[in-house]
Amino acid sequence: MPFIPHTPSDTVDMLRAIGAKTIDELFDEIPEELQCAGLEAVPEALSELEIGRLMRERAAQDEVGLNFLGAGAYEHHIPAAVWELTTRGEFYSAYTPYQAEASQGTLQVIYEYQTMMASLTGLEVSNASLYDGASALAEAVLMGVRVNQRSRSRRILLPESLHPHYRAVVRTITASQGISVTELPYDRETGRSDLQALDCYAEEDLTALVIAQPNVFGVLEDVDALADWALDHGVLAIGVVNPMAMGLLKPPGDWGHEGVSIACGEGQPLGVPLSSGGPYFGFLTCREALVRQLPGRLVGRTLDVDGKPGFTLTLQAREQHIRRSRATSNICTNQGLMVTASTIFMSLLGPEGLKRVATRCQARAAALAEAAVTVPGVEIAFPEPRFHEVALRLPVPASRVLGGMRESGVLGGVHLKPWYPELGDTILACATETKTDRDIEAYALALQAAIESTGCAA
Amino acid sequence: MTEPLVFELGQPGRVAGAQLPREDVPVGLTQAMLRRSPPLLPEVSELDVVRHYTRLSQLNFSVDTQYYPLGSCTMKYNPRGCNTFAMLPGFLNRHPLAEEAVSQGFLKCLFELQEMLASVTGMSAFSLTPMAGAQGELTGVAMIRAYHLDRGDIGRTQIIVPDAAHGTNPATATMCGCTVTELRTRPDGDVDIDALRNIVGPETAGIMLTNPSTLGVFERRIGDVAEIVHGAGGLLYYDGANLNAILGKALPGDMGFDVIHVNLHKTFSTPHGGGGPGSGAVGVGDKLEPFLPTPIVGYQDDRFRWVGEADRPKSIGRLSAFMGNAGVLLRAYIYMRMLGREGMERVANYSTLNANYLMAKLEDVGFELAFPGRRASHEFVVTLRRQAKEHNITAMDFAKALLDCGFHAPTAYFPLLVPECLLIEPTETESKETLDGFVAAMAAILADVQADPDRLREAPVAMPVRRLDEVRAARHLDVRYQPDATATDLTVRSPAS
Repeated sequence: MPFIPHTPSDTVDMLRAIGAKTIDELFDEIPEELQCAGLEAVPEALSELEIGRLMRERAAQDEVGLNFLGAGAYEHHIPAAVWELTTRGEFYSAYTPYQAEASQGTLQVIYEYQTMMASLTGLEVSNASLYDGASALAEAVLMGVRVNQRSRSRRILLPESLHPHYRAVVRTITASQGISVTELPYDRETGRSDLQALDCYAEEDLTALVIAQPNVFGVLEDVDALADWALDHGVLAIGVVNPMAMGLLKPPGDWGHEGVSIACGEGQPLGVPLSSGGPYFGFLTCREALVRQLPGRLVGRTLDVDGKPGFTLTLQAREQHIRRSRATSNICTNQGLMVTASTIFMSLLGPEGLKRVATRCQARAAALAEAAVTVPGVEIAFPEPRFHEVALRLPVPASRVLGGMRESGVLGGVHLKPWYPELGDTILACATETKTDRDIEAYALALQAAIESTGCAA
Repeated sequence: MTEPLVFELGQPGRVAGAQLPREDVPVGLTQAMLRRSPPLLPEVSELDVVRHYTRLSQLNFSVDTQYYPLGSCTMKYNPRGCNTFAMLPGFLNRHPLAEEAVSQGFLKCLFELQEMLASVTGMSAFSLTPMAGAQGELTGVAMIRAYHLDRGDIGRTQIIVPDAAHGTNPATATMCGCTVTELRTRPDGDVDIDALRNIVGPETAGIMLTNPSTLGVFERRIGDVAEIVHGAGGLLYYDGANLNAILGKALPGDMGFDVIHVNLHKTFSTPHGGGGPGSGAVGVGDKLEPFLPTPIVGYQDDRFRWVGEADRPKSIGRLSAFMGNAGVLLRAYIYMRMLGREGMERVANYSTLNANYLMAKLEDVGFELAFPGRRASHEFVVTLRRQAKEHNITAMDFAKALLDCGFHAPTAYFPLLVPECLLIEPTETESKETLDGFVAAMAAILADVQADPDRLREAPVAMPVRRLDEVRAARHLDVRYQPDATATDLTVRSPAS
């Protein structure tokens, strides 16, 4: 019994105390026809030694050399202290902090996190986190619909230049709530949302406009113009941002003349490993006036009976366990452990560190773009300004080039054609602060070799 | 014992230098695009950070440090091996969009997890993408809706939820555009079958049930429930919150359930992490398989591959940017492989043994059971209505007094229909000595109800803080540190509701 401590005599004593002869007797309220015959599809148990060996083999199978993939999940240096501290049993194996007196550690971490995220996005209030960036955007959209009372249409404008998976998740989660989604085209030359196309909606009733910074192509949008357009037309603007970029770029709270009221995004860049897409965490921040429409948990500072400061979950009347069918969302959990990691990460970097990492990412991607265009036939799809990704147009079929680069140990980028057929053989490559000059040289060499061998084969 | 905020520890200009990359200048950006003032982040050394968060961790209760008999939450031991192997570099560094050719090790684990989950629930297919129990519920109800709509049965919007259900059930139904009808529970803990007969009709989309229920008893007439709901054209949703109680003993698929979500952070022992991440993998019978959320892991021509929306045109779609909480899934996979076939049933056996033992012992020392004469599942409900009425000592007082004894409190005031209740779930990983210690602490508190009630009302006294003023927390909302705020600013006005 791997984790069950009972000795045979414990079991006998306990059954005697209950007044039962066998453990099976304790299941006598389950109708006989429902008793399970056995689980043939589950294999025999493995010891820790055996499972360790199996997992090492499988993990090793998937290791590759240099990773230049981005598109919503980004490789960054994570200080060793982050996960050393986060996996301390007192954080790792604690429950949701409903018993505040026994959870001051987790609660204070979340309060610190809320402070950092609110400031990073230029807004006043942050919740305790949501599942991931895409689902946070879906919740932000639902919140936007509750908040913008001036609009009756429940119609949302999503930029086509927003990550297609984010658009898909918004559709899945808002599908049954009478919300309609319209997509705002991007300019094929600049890769930015098309401001002229936006003017087509000037006379229409829109509830919210989503603004991505950077967008899926790594291009920086004209966020001031977009936010001001929304402001002028009574449309609620929602910013969806890369939090790492916020160390360098203007935060949503400062966009345009008045800033936007709601911001959200994927927290993964802040200390969470790539780990195949999760667990990550979504963040959601807003103006203080909107706090009662904010979904998810929120931690507040208060006083105990002796007048000593302490932390507790607050405004719980918004939540499902109190309000049931009338809650702001069905969300119950947050991503507590990931928030712990990101709070420690942001503390270690500080304002200077975050700015330097963001700037370095930006400069590294510029270096990558410069190196890539030295390869004959490779062009940059969209001009600057960009953050840390660049879309590269290839002269030969992209999937074969990526396959060739992979053979030489380089994951060269994400093929954009499945998402944007009109872009053809275009790949999206990312360089963060983790990439050295040599890595970038290796990228260009692998790209060139793969293009040449694809060209010869074709 | 309090710890300053991390912001209060620093000095302007102090840095954790080992973490700083060298300075660069941005390329191709104008001043208007840049941040005007630095964000409010701490300026501290690496040692400051390590000490601060170590000290904060020490202010928490956790499974690793305390007994945590928290009903409906299954706070069992989270094996360290699961964490170590899920955090192998090959898994941590794998990018979610890495191609299948360099993902076979990872995909194989997920495929086998889908198969094992199908086996232990009696379902035919699984999708692992929901990132929490509540998202699993959303998925399940969305699939039920999609199923009816696909058949042109457009009027089915009613979701039936027992009054004992978790709050996420009704909240989910609303999020899916459904209306909620509550189903009464009878005094013996089973749902009221006659009431159910009167509720169902042509608008019934389905029923959401937890079995064993949140009252800690097995729903004995589940066969009748299935017959009535199916007979009316509705489907059955199984909330897997209490799967631990019947693992390997009975299969929800055999009970007639069409869709299930499994809380991997409960039954399959992935850590709760102070409130997430969880995972709410969903399983379905044949009827609902086309509607499963994507991506799913498939196996074809000796290769594991992603099954996406192109392969599943009827799918309810995508729920996360990538494929859900992969690291949680790996931990659950490792745990299941360590338990093996026979270990599954032992989970149900010993969690049920522990619950019935604890229930018998607490009854012996004078506690009133909410459902006497019933077997406990892996949890049970005690009511303190007598103590509340006669001595004005509440379930909350008990909960707080237990903290002083070094035990995490059981779930209090849930389920909502039992007054002054404690929902107690011991889990299978706790020893008889631990349970006996808990009984002794409960008995001592019960004795103080008469002997020293003020001690209970004052509790806790041995924790980092005493009872907190929650009304003040909500009225004078302070949800972020403001370094420049004066004392009066900190008692901010409450924003209009």
